[in-house]
Amino acid sequence: MKQKQLRPKDPKKTLLRLFSYFKFNIILFFGGIFFIIIGSLAEIGINGMLSPVIDTFTGNYDHGLFVKYILIMAAMVAVISISQYIGNLSMAKLAQKTVHKIREDMFSHMEKLPVSYFDKHPHGELMSTFTNDVDMLNQSLEQSVSQILISFVTVVGTFAVMLVLSPILTAVVAVMLAVMLYSVRFVGKRSAKNFRMQQAALADINGYIEEMMTGQKVVKVFNYEDRAIDTFSKKNKELKNASTLASTYGVMLMPIMGNLSFVMYALISMAGAYFVMINRLSIGNIASFLLYTRAISRPITMVSNQLNTLFAALAGAERIFNVLDEKIETDEGDVTLLKDCEGKKALCWMVPKGDGEYDKVPLNGFITFKDVDFGYSAEKSVLNKINLYAKPGQKIAFVGSTGAGKTTVTNLINRFYEINEGVILYDGIDIKRINKHDLRSTMSIVLQDVHLFEGTVKENIRYGRLDAADDEVVEAAKLANAHYFIQHLPEGYDTILTSDGQNLSQGERQLLSIARAAIADPIILILDEATSSVDTRTEKLIAEGMDKLMAGRTTFVIAHRLSTVRNSNAIMVLEHGEIIERGNHDELMAQKGRYYALNAGTAELE
Amino acid sequence: MKKYIKFAVLSPILMILEVVADIAIPYLMSRIVDVGIANQDIEYVLQIGLIMIAAALLAITFGVISSNYGAKAGFGFASEVRLKLYKKIQGFSFANLDKFTVASLITRLTNDCNTLGQVTMMSLRMAVRAPFMMMFALLMALNINASLAKVFVVSIPVLLIVLIIILSKARPLFLKLQTRVDRVNAIIRENLTAIRVVKSFNRQAHEKIRFKERNDSLMFTALKAITLIVFLMPVLNVIIYSTIIAVLWFGGNQVITGSMGSGELISFITYITQILMSFMMMSFFFMQLLRASASVTRIVEVIDTEPEIKEVPVPIKDLEDGSVTFKNVCFCYPESTEKTLKNINLHINSGEVLGIIGSTGSSKSTLVQLIPRLYDTVEGSVLVGNEDVKRYDIKALRDNVAFVLQNNTLFSGTLRGNMKWGNENATDEEIIKALKQAQAWEFVSRYNDGLDHIVEQGGDNFSGGQKQRLTIARALLKSPKIIILDDSTSAVDMATDAKIQRAFKEELSDVTTIIIAQRVSSIQHADRVVVMNEGEIESLGKHAELLSSSPIYREIYESQQKGVGV
Repeated sequence: MKQKQLRPKDPKKTLLRLFSYFKFNIILFFGGIFFIIIGSLAEIGINGMLSPVIDTFTGNYDHGLFVKYILIMAAMVAVISISQYIGNLSMAKLAQKTVHKIREDMFSHMEKLPVSYFDKHPHGELMSTFTNDVDMLNQSLEQSVSQILISFVTVVGTFAVMLVLSPILTAVVAVMLAVMLYSVRFVGKRSAKNFRMQQAALADINGYIEEMMTGQKVVKVFNYEDRAIDTFSKKNKELKNASTLASTYGVMLMPIMGNLSFVMYALISMAGAYFVMINRLSIGNIASFLLYTRAISRPITMVSNQLNTLFAALAGAERIFNVLDEKIETDEGDVTLLKDCEGKKALCWMVPKGDGEYDKVPLNGFITFKDVDFGYSAEKSVLNKINLYAKPGQKIAFVGSTGAGKTTVTNLINRFYEINEGVILYDGIDIKRINKHDLRSTMSIVLQDVHLFEGTVKENIRYGRLDAADDEVVEAAKLANAHYFIQHLPEGYDTILTSDGQNLSQGERQLLSIARAAIADPIILILDEATSSVDTRTEKLIAEGMDKLMAGRTTFVIAHRLSTVRNSNAIMVLEHGEIIERGNHDELMAQKGRYYALNAGTAELE
Repeated sequence: MKKYIKFAVLSPILMILEVVADIAIPYLMSRIVDVGIANQDIEYVLQIGLIMIAAALLAITFGVISSNYGAKAGFGFASEVRLKLYKKIQGFSFANLDKFTVASLITRLTNDCNTLGQVTMMSLRMAVRAPFMMMFALLMALNINASLAKVFVVSIPVLLIVLIIILSKARPLFLKLQTRVDRVNAIIRENLTAIRVVKSFNRQAHEKIRFKERNDSLMFTALKAITLIVFLMPVLNVIIYSTIIAVLWFGGNQVITGSMGSGELISFITYITQILMSFMMMSFFFMQLLRASASVTRIVEVIDTEPEIKEVPVPIKDLEDGSVTFKNVCFCYPESTEKTLKNINLHINSGEVLGIIGSTGSSKSTLVQLIPRLYDTVEGSVLVGNEDVKRYDIKALRDNVAFVLQNNTLFSGTLRGNMKWGNENATDEEIIKALKQAQAWEFVSRYNDGLDHIVEQGGDNFSGGQKQRLTIARALLKSPKIIILDDSTSAVDMATDAKIQRAFKEELSDVTTIIIAQRVSSIQHADRVVVMNEGEIESLGKHAELLSSSPIYREIYESQQKGVGV
């Protein structure tokens, strides 16, 4: 587990970008700020009212004046509570709406990112940005922003009123505030440093736990328990020490600040008493002043706590914006697919000629690779000079050992990855010119690891074609040999699948994915035949389903079965990213090359 | 655990001392106003003022030490619990692990233990501070002016009622909010893992609609909950300030008549804030406690679980040989009444190569997992080296029975480090020999850094077939009497698989080898093959015999003859 950054790199830029989100709720934003300021000012006011109220008791008591003061205070209480309610509610709503928008932006951006992005970034990392970082931002917007605002207004306002009441006493306050700010800095620095160390220790032990728990059965089989406990115990101790320090410094601020404000309180009492004795101040003045000293020190503690949260939230926001700034899949394609071409039911490509006119090219499913080079990164090439073609309805089988590049070839046809050199033609058109949506709508993929979605079985099959009718769903399931097991599910086609279809067996999931591809009725089919951890009976069902699916379509298949290979129009033997042999089964067997050897592997054992 | 009790006791005591100082200060201030100023006694003012400062400085000291002790106690306690939990889990049998699932154990060790530490520390502080603060402040208020303290008879119950109403209404909303959050997270995770499916079917717009529905409902629930919670602060302020106004109203008369000093009135007002804020603090504390209680339950659940597998008082430490005998063995998994294994009788000779084949769900893995006592039999007994497995020292038994698991994994570190799992003291020569036998040396030798080659978490930087060969080598390093391969060559190509089988036959002829496989080719050269079907041994014999005697075996064989191993 990588340790996360706790401080933003460019806080100003991140903040500005965050503010740009507020423009959707400009009224909430300014309304919230307005009411929060009003509320804070009213609180300063009500504390100030204490001074004249108490002074009415000491001089000649004027009941009318006293009642008037009390009524003013009551009115202020109303102002405080109402503006606090409106202010806090506005900020909370603003936070929710902003975060809602950010989540939505992130999700739609994620959908547009190229497949290669997901190869490079672990899911856990993205998930954490989506959950923890967004959550932190939410909390921060909801609380930190308004609290920092309140604190600022309170400190500035209170200080101003104090200055009017008594400049000399204010000087005492100023000195004490300086002491307090210094303490905040002193403790804050250490707290931040130790907090970082705690996070590092936490990340370390969490990573260890995750790894060891995942391999716990291996631990048992190898009698590794004691050694595992030793390492764990060491990391656990490190975490304990780091947490203890971090939290000591974190919590320490409360008593220090609270009691420093009492020192200030004592100094004000003494100095104030002196000024009352020499008749420079009234007792009411002292009462107000004392309340102010309490009121002014609270925000300082609060802000120092909130600043850490705010920084962490901004660092999170930066990660969010980084995701949002990731380059999305390019789609410069101007060739689109036309339905009901020439009045018939057929489909055809609309190729713009540049003068506003279109060439209509019928959709056939003819694929050509010309000198295609590809690598996931610039320095490491995976495929070299791949040349091949598949005529409409032909079946091309790829064989070769793991890592030879079979899967990669199939991932280029639907443009999951962009080729480095060469060209791939689809019905004679460079696939880069074809609109990606339309390109992919003509193909279906059946992968080895099947991914299903939360929802009913029916919905999952219909994922292949959203407007498919119920009987078409059943038709597709029958073709895929999935109908039988679906019927035996508790709710049949309406059985709810949990996330990723975990309540089905591997084989059943595979059958569903075949049905899903079948309902899409694609021109081109990309198929991975591997069926590991599936029992023989189900494997047979899957094989039959795949055979039915392949019939009559241009098919690229990563082959594992001899029957598939035998029935292929061409077999491509891949090795280290190159096609080393090609031809049909009989030709390749006659060549006695790599293909022959692969088959002989079986033969040798027989 | 004991060394933390000291801190757990001292931290609250120091906290109470801090509270006492905090309470005394406003009272001392009232003396300055009412005695010092009234008598124009500068010396008295100075004296009391210095006492106040001393009290505040003492309070800082108490407070800082209390924070440190609180943190020591809280996180010390949490770390003890975490270690205890981890040790407990290390003692868990496979059955225990199955019951809890890996993901839930991870959450318990990480999040739950962290929450426990935080809450313990907070409880030591807040749970002590708030009630004492309230009590002392109330006592002081009563002491200053008992008749004025009657305002609390109204304001405290009103505050309590408001707190209870708001929090009890908010609780279900927050629970609902959590499920909304889970729903949003679920769809994000789903789209992350299935991004290729989404893209290949052009379903981005469809997914966006699904996400929007969940994201919207999350926001609505959050807004509902927040609208309620936002009430708290303004209501608290209304109550505090109304109380202050009431005190000014009733107290003012007493100041005028001279039965109360204005200093006393001012300190009384300070106490009002302290008392009412304490209630607020307590309510926050209860919310925290609620959050922690779920964590505590989950932790206790693990600690209370007894490991299913126990040793006999005087266990045997040595294995006579590598023979295995199943005697009338029946097995069913916990919480299941259906028998997974039915009346198994089988004897495997020391040094024999036994193949096991059968469809998924035929309990092949279950059968072999009984040998190193990963599970215990329900009926009958399993004998290794002519002794019941239950009579062995578990460590000794598992050292002699190497098991290559179906879902096997490598650990982050180096290749050498991973190999040493099998034998801590293995030399490089021994490691290379094992790698050769497992046909892994062929690719390991090609790395520039050889055995120092880095292994990423879970061994993700190796292909499936490479990983399987490495895990076989790791098991061989134990120099076991028995080795069990549970579908461990499924991702290895056939030619290499054949080489591995040959190595086992030729170089490890004295080791009892049990191979579970899906492919007939992996086991057809075994001395004998067991065909499993629905928890029973359907037939037993050599490859050639089974082809004629076992219809299941024949079916599997024929279906695979159509396949080519590429």
